[in-house]
Amino acid sequence: MIEEELPAWSLPADAVERIRAGWPDRVTREWAWGDATGAGVRVCILDSGVEPGHPRVGEVHGAVVIEVEDKEVTVTDDEEGDLCGHGTACAGIVRSLAPECELWSARVLGAGYTGSGDVLLAGLRWAVEQGFDVVNMSLSTTKRKFAATLHELADQAYFKRTTIVASAHNMPVESYPWRFASVISVASHEDEDPFTFYANPEPPVEFFARGVDVEVAWLGGESVVSTGNSFATPHLTGICALIRSKHPELTPFELKSVLYLTASNVAEER
Amino acid sequence: MSEDLRAAVGAGVLGSEDAYRDLLRSIVEVARAIFGAKASSIFLLDEDTDELVFEAVAGEGADELVGTRLPSSTGIAGWVLVTRQPLVLDDVRSDPRFSRETAEKTGFVPQGLMAVPLLYDEQALGVLQVLDRPQRSRFSLREMDLLGLFASQAAIGLQLLRAARHARAVLGEGSGDAGVLARIAGLLETLDGEQRQSAIRLLGELEHLLGS
Repeated sequence: MIEEELPAWSLPADAVERIRAGWPDRVTREWAWGDATGAGVRVCILDSGVEPGHPRVGEVHGAVVIEVEDKEVTVTDDEEGDLCGHGTACAGIVRSLAPECELWSARVLGAGYTGSGDVLLAGLRWAVEQGFDVVNMSLSTTKRKFAATLHELADQAYFKRTTIVASAHNMPVESYPWRFASVISVASHEDEDPFTFYANPEPPVEFFARGVDVEVAWLGGESVVSTGNSFATPHLTGICALIRSKHPELTPFELKSVLYLTASNVAEER
Repeated sequence: MSEDLRAAVGAGVLGSEDAYRDLLRSIVEVARAIFGAKASSIFLLDEDTDELVFEAVAGEGADELVGTRLPSSTGIAGWVLVTRQPLVLDDVRSDPRFSRETAEKTGFVPQGLMAVPLLYDEQALGVLQVLDRPQRSRFSLREMDLLGLFASQAAIGLQLLRAARHARAVLGEGSGDAGVLARIAGLLETLDGEQRQSAIRLLGELEHLLGS
């Protein structure tokens, strides 16, 4: 008879624990995020930085810049803000949906094209280590050499209860990380309601959110009207933040299930 | 056969760089016409310097911009290149920083732009931009799809231009062996009839002699 404990991945019959999910018979939007504000949820925007003090963004809890030099990764406080406007736009969208969430910025762009893949990986690794609840990735890479590591990081995030929300590609190319099953992938629909999102019965793109003619924050405290999957993504990030603030216990798997059940083309009530 | 040798021989028979430039120029002209835009341009990524170079421009700024350079990962074009995500921005008058790259060169300040990455296989080769399309109605995802189709075409054109440049560069480096082969390949293309047959026979004998 073996005396040692059984491996962690097996489950003897007498060890089965009853899980009390506490989900209602019908999962509604009211149950999922009614009265939620995003309070207590930490959201990281992995992008071009976020402009501090932008009226559409409000408080940015922390902002870092990720750099890689000779394989040496450095993470320092970001003094420059946003180099493009895009990260600020994403932060503003998340803030508009989840006004009380804790927003963080990790700048992974701006150090040139050549090293951008390494910086992206380092940025995602940092975000996973920090244990954010939701990470917004309105970006992708087509370089196959990064795919395996990105996949590993996405799985790590998944098991550490960090939900990665990533922009899908609407061009016929292989790109990552949105194609991984462990992340939530988002493309655009044309409706104007920020809370309208659709589940896609034909993945790999899993959800469609608002991404056309969206008024967003931009540089200099200004706003622009913009279109792209990269703006659909923070809409779903915001909704994820709301759900996690009301149901902090949810795993990425459960969160995705709630999204599916409350999607505009799945839910029975609007 | 090494890649450089292949490129050099290719250079002997490939179309000229000008022909590919014309192709890119035609793509930006059509993109501009289809979207009814004021200008359209293609940037090529120069990996050696990590910069974006205006390769083809139609409309406003056409003469001044070709050949000018921008950092590869700042501004809108840089974001699109690095993130591989297309982006459409409208009503941007209020932010002068938005358009400084173009405005500083030409005085032309766009009010809106569409930018899409030019992707070929796993590489991001550059960016296609369409500036100031008329803002008469809501943007539609159909336009985004159209932009994507143009981008695919432009990416192929850009890849051909890169290949032609690489081939010429190999030739221009004075690599003796490659140069001879390239010149022979080029000459062969100009021959016809009996002369061509004789040359091919002779090359066949040479191949035999070299032990192939």
